[in-house]
Amino acid sequence: MTTQSETRVRDGAGHRASVFLYSHVRVRLALLISAPLFWLGLVYIAALVALLVTAFWTVDSFTGEVRTDWTFDNIITVLTGSLYQSVTLRTLGMAVLVTIADIVIALPIAFFMAKVASAKWQRILVIAILMPLWASYLVKAYAWRSVLSNDGIFQWIVQPFGGTTPGYGIPGAVITLAYLWLPYVILPIYAGLERVPDSLLEASSDLGAGTWRTLRSIVLPLLWPAIVAGSIFSFSLTLGDYITINIVGGANQMLGNLVYTNVGAANNLPLASAIALIPIAIIFVYLAAVRRTGALNSL
Amino acid sequence: MKPHMAHRRSGVTVALTIAAVAALALTACGTTAGTTSSSDLKQATKLGASEKTVSILAWPGYVEDGSNDPAVNWVKSFEDQTGCAVSSKVYGTSDEAFSLMKSGNYDVVAASGDLTLRLIASRQVAPVNTDLIPSYKDIYSFLKLKAWNSVDGQSYGIPHGYGANLLAYNTKTFPTAPTSWDVVFDKSSPYKGKVTAYDSPIYIADAAMYLMTHDKALGIKNPYSLDAKQLAASVSLLREQRANVGEYWSDYLKSTQSFETGDSVVGTTWQVIKNSMAADTAVDVMVPSEGVTGWSDTWMVGAKAKSPNCAYKWLDYIASPKVNAQATEYFGEAPSSSQACDFTADKNTCATYHAGDEDYASKIWYWTTPIAKCLDGRTDVTCTDYSQWTTAWQEIKG
Repeated sequence: MTTQSETRVRDGAGHRASVFLYSHVRVRLALLISAPLFWLGLVYIAALVALLVTAFWTVDSFTGEVRTDWTFDNIITVLTGSLYQSVTLRTLGMAVLVTIADIVIALPIAFFMAKVASAKWQRILVIAILMPLWASYLVKAYAWRSVLSNDGIFQWIVQPFGGTTPGYGIPGAVITLAYLWLPYVILPIYAGLERVPDSLLEASSDLGAGTWRTLRSIVLPLLWPAIVAGSIFSFSLTLGDYITINIVGGANQMLGNLVYTNVGAANNLPLASAIALIPIAIIFVYLAAVRRTGALNSL
Repeated sequence: MKPHMAHRRSGVTVALTIAAVAALALTACGTTAGTTSSSDLKQATKLGASEKTVSILAWPGYVEDGSNDPAVNWVKSFEDQTGCAVSSKVYGTSDEAFSLMKSGNYDVVAASGDLTLRLIASRQVAPVNTDLIPSYKDIYSFLKLKAWNSVDGQSYGIPHGYGANLLAYNTKTFPTAPTSWDVVFDKSSPYKGKVTAYDSPIYIADAAMYLMTHDKALGIKNPYSLDAKQLAASVSLLREQRANVGEYWSDYLKSTQSFETGDSVVGTTWQVIKNSMAADTAVDVMVPSEGVTGWSDTWMVGAKAKSPNCAYKWLDYIASPKVNAQATEYFGEAPSSSQACDFTADKNTCATYHAGDEDYASKIWYWTTPIAKCLDGRTDVTCTDYSQWTTAWQEIKG
């Protein structure tokens, strides 16, 4: 009885497939990753190609339909128009400021978490840093809108010292964006610091190096890839943002706003695609620069 | 880590990062193809049998079926009366509505004046035979057959509600009420950073309207009909204003809040925004001497409507005094039906929104889509169209 049923199972289609897959590693691999690869291809690559292609089309001004006439007009407009140049510079400047602010804030927090705090506090701090991510992006941006307002909490705190709130504008937007992306910068730096062995720090101090010397010669070089990883997040997320600037940025606009109005108000998808190529080009340059420093190799 | 491994991993990281950034940068993708039919669109001559369904595209608050507030429901009695089941979709901006209408999936659309002519020009909506709509006779005559809802005397829809873009000012900053829009234009520098303005290309018309009075040499007759020189003058006025603007608004929560906190002290607003401000807010609204811009929305029938009979029934129903009162009061604008004021829940509604006040209504320059053919009748020049206004508006904001 037992032998018979075992034989039946062994002869089943499932079993044969299993045996086949066991001996054919490549087929197994193909089956395993084809679905996610298809998804990746469809969502990322196809969308990116469609974006690239659309940038070379035009819009019929009368009917508002996209016409597939090939032209470089959109690219030329985006490259030569003073509007696009000034908005690109503003967006780039804000991305740099947000990234610097985030790194400056993240470094001491991450260092405290990784090297000073007890295991219990480490866990509490990780939760505290992740907690803002549970709240909606919009709620956080609107919260900053009321914080930065004329009768907001910022004004209330700095007024006794003769200060005033930056109000709605580029400084307000930089503060808000730095707040929004901070967890994405702290976490990689924290992970990077965790990997710096304490023994190296002790050895450095045994050899007579002071705190700053140890930080500069031991911690920073080992931490550099993690800082770069964090900066990629804050930099690229700021480049693509268009909501925060609407809520706390006063009358200013970023590249994202230009894309948004060209898709919406202007109904000009080709021009929007051409504008969207600017942040892609910037991030390519950024990654190439990062790669030259070698930081990506040990990421 | 072996060198070649490191290299491969960095390649993957780079690729993933690029993909992530591309996904961020990519707000929308896909293109629309296809052509509009060239056959002449005719208005309906008689109504046939009901089709059982009707799909409606409208501003939020125009087609309420009780799903937002169980007490606010005027769709149900329409369905009960006509047997046409309503499916509705709301849109956020006129531009969004324009691309949705191009899908051809909607029988009825509620369009503001900055959208109607675009819909007519691109043949997305059909002429409307007002004889088939009994409620039309009660509509205020000053709203009928206007530049934003008709072409050459042919009606393209039924007026719904109207309102004005008013000047709001902080009564602490302005102990005496301003009388002119100059406080947001020529004389706005004392309020630097506290001036607010509507965030849309159509706001260029506010500057053009101001120039009609203050720079007569330009010869602007209609703020929606600007030749290249007149547009340039309006744009340069708005560029000067830009230096003093604290923020532009398009969602009304932002406008309400910034007046309440004093972040804005003067600028464009709507009556409904003023009404929703906290009672102790030191803000008042007024109609300046130059007049105001405003909106008058129109119910239109889709050119490819699958249910034209139900669409006509909806147009008649929504323009009937009781429903017109309910819908416009809920949204916060003046009703278009002369009989509607008897049916408002708050008896002051019509007074608040100046419904039927012809003198008040005549001061309003209703939003109209700028098109190349000059709306003021000039034939010797080409006027600037909406796409040029959009480009100009982006440049004004900088």
